[in-house]
Amino acid sequence: MSLEVIWFILVGVLLTGYAVLDGFDLGVGALHLFVKKDEDRRMLLNAIGPVWDGNEVWLVTGGGALFAAFPEAYATVFSGFYIPFMLLLVSLIFRAVAIEFRSKEPWKWWRTMWDIAFACGSIVSALLIGVAMGNIVRGIPLDADHEFAGTFVGLLNPYALTMGVTTVALFAMHGAIYIVMKTEGELQQKVRRWVPTLIGVFIACYSIFNLYTFIDVPRIVDLVRERSYIFLVAALGILVVLNIPREFSRGREFNAFLCSCLGMALMMATFGLSYFPNIVYSSPNPENSLTIANAASTPKTLGIMLVIATIGVPVVFAYTASIYYIFRGKTKLTSHSY
Amino acid sequence: MDVEILARVQFAFTVMFHYIYPPLSIGLGMVLVIMEAIWLKTGNVLYHNMARYWTRVFALTFAIGVASGIVLEFEFGTNWATYSRFVGDVFGSALAAEGIFAFFLESGFLAILLFGWNKVGPRLHFFSTCMVCFGAHFSAIWIVVANSWMQTPAGDHLETVVDGQPVRLPPGHVVTEADLGTVRAVIDDFWAMVFNPSSIDRLTHVILGAWMAGAFLVVSIAAFYLLRNRHLDFARASMKVGLSFGAVATILQMVSGDFTAKGVVENQPIKLAAIEGVYETESRTPMTLFGWVDEKSRTVHGPQIPGLLSFLAWNNANKPVVGLNDLPPDDFLRKQHPDATDAELAALRPSYWPRVNAVFQFYHIMIIIGVALLVLILTALFFWWKGWLFRTDWAPTRWLLAALVLSVLGPQIANQTGWFTAEMGRQPWIVYELLRTSEALSKVVRAEEILFSLILFFLIYALLFVLFLFLLTRKIQHGPEDAEATHEMPESWRAWIRADDRLPRAE
Repeated sequence: MSLEVIWFILVGVLLTGYAVLDGFDLGVGALHLFVKKDEDRRMLLNAIGPVWDGNEVWLVTGGGALFAAFPEAYATVFSGFYIPFMLLLVSLIFRAVAIEFRSKEPWKWWRTMWDIAFACGSIVSALLIGVAMGNIVRGIPLDADHEFAGTFVGLLNPYALTMGVTTVALFAMHGAIYIVMKTEGELQQKVRRWVPTLIGVFIACYSIFNLYTFIDVPRIVDLVRERSYIFLVAALGILVVLNIPREFSRGREFNAFLCSCLGMALMMATFGLSYFPNIVYSSPNPENSLTIANAASTPKTLGIMLVIATIGVPVVFAYTASIYYIFRGKTKLTSHSY
Repeated sequence: MDVEILARVQFAFTVMFHYIYPPLSIGLGMVLVIMEAIWLKTGNVLYHNMARYWTRVFALTFAIGVASGIVLEFEFGTNWATYSRFVGDVFGSALAAEGIFAFFLESGFLAILLFGWNKVGPRLHFFSTCMVCFGAHFSAIWIVVANSWMQTPAGDHLETVVDGQPVRLPPGHVVTEADLGTVRAVIDDFWAMVFNPSSIDRLTHVILGAWMAGAFLVVSIAAFYLLRNRHLDFARASMKVGLSFGAVATILQMVSGDFTAKGVVENQPIKLAAIEGVYETESRTPMTLFGWVDEKSRTVHGPQIPGLLSFLAWNNANKPVVGLNDLPPDDFLRKQHPDATDAELAALRPSYWPRVNAVFQFYHIMIIIGVALLVLILTALFFWWKGWLFRTDWAPTRWLLAALVLSVLGPQIANQTGWFTAEMGRQPWIVYELLRTSEALSKVVRAEEILFSLILFFLIYALLFVLFLFLLTRKIQHGPEDAEATHEMPESWRAWIRADDRLPRAE
């Protein structure tokens, strides 16, 4: 396997890690305003409290790895998606600060303000990540110098927006299952009742998105015919997603959450397999696409970074797992606190 | 307004705002490690309470630091796409190393530092605090390495593509308009890139600056309590930790500053000449203590000490420091402009200079503040040694404490102006003598788009800064006892997670 292929996979792994981990954070944020009581809202914030920060690092590292491994793709996508990415940054800032600031003061208006910031920041972040992803899947116009040749309005095409809405639905479902896993009592019962609806909404969105892909992105259909293993991975992904309601209805939230994580990973794998070897597909002029061949850094850099990743990533996995282990179990707001 | 100015203003503004926080994280990280270590060693609950109090301040700075840091990583791609294409092979690996080694470490163990007081034992908690502190230092290492490579490139060569094949360009090649999109910097030797000529000096300088920021924040808040006669035990102990740590950092910083400046003499003579406003090359080059540079008449005004600059630069008061009128040297200019006459070369020379007066002023502000902080902290140490430091009814002590309250601004201003000196002094280059700033922009981003995002960031950061000051002030007003008084008023949502009663409370 060449270094370029390894890094295609590694960047994919980092971005998948981001989607799976920050996915539930953003999902919790998307549902935040639907919970009314102050104490319950604090429960939601506490449920993600110790981990959201680390989860967001996956985005930073994914971006850094893309910069290092495929600088051409990084430069093209980030400059091409200027306005959406600026809005994404603003949303992420508001979200982060809202978590930190909200409960520092007892005033109602203060908390409501940050609750709204947290929820809006989460929803807009999820939507924009989905829109960006949708555009990458569909292909964006590139010129012969691999520079973005489209417009901001062009990025808001119906296909990408469908992907955006699907992403919000996916994260909301993922986040709701996480809440049920981390809470108990009344709040848990309340969110538990939402989950079937959220699963239904996500499956509906996902079906529409797939149908839309068949119509709008015929290239993918051809590819799936050509690479039949994609069909297997996609089918496995669908089975795993369909297993979520089954596990959930039997009260096994942890398994449902694992299926949700695995389902997202398989969706990303399906995307990666059908996209390879492109990194940014150019549509309409496929000959201008950025691929692992013309966007990559030199083998020397990729090799150095592989050493860095080989040392660093297992350590990261080890202590991330320990931290989740230390903070396992139900989130508590003890009585003497309030 | 044009894209270049807007992009530069946006980067400067967002990085300035960001750089208020990471030095505090690094410096306070060290303070937390010291306080927890004393607590573990002596079992004195006071130090435990101190560590918890400063953890809250740490958390506040950390959250804004993370949120505003992502912006910068994105801006390399959004605003400086040509730069990203050019440096990706070299710069990207340092950035990726930062993510994998530093950010994960920092954010992962932060969970235990903030929320783990009663979840894990004191030793594991101390270990986590060390890891967060270590991660914060590690993040400084990689980003300063990357920035130092932009100042003094090493371990790389330029490469272009001819007929689909990579071709190595000779050393000394400067990227021209025609090269953009094909020529890129390619790594030869990773360790030569990491240990480029300015890395170690600048990294030391940055980290000591961060330690000073943390130490003076502690000193300032402790002095405030002493003046107000509140939380005296806490304030005295914090003051002692802060002063000791701050004194070490400040004294070392003077040494580090000297090394850094000597490195600039060696590697970036134009920057050094601009810093001191030296135009004419003459022996016994004087140092200007303060003043201004008249860029039109190429003269510097202000009190000067003859020979001091020569002495500091070369350890030899007679050896001349090369002035801007001879920089960049003729052979460099002739290489860039083979067809130009001597008169034309002389006229082109200033286009290779930074804005001399601005660099001069930023540098001198940094130096003046640095010296003032040194004097202040030595005075405080003297008062401490004499036993006067906590005699808060005595006027000289009160004046000293008042100065210490204000001292928190010193490292912040010096850090900012220091970076201005470093970055503006590098102009017109983004990568020194390889790539010009004006050629590093994103081609597809329009001025209106940058203006839009600039205004957006300006509004948001102004809001965040006000809120940060507001919350910090409230936290200072509440004082350390409030940490244990959570049953009366909820101070933070963290209070609930922390208060897990499965384990006995540490105090």
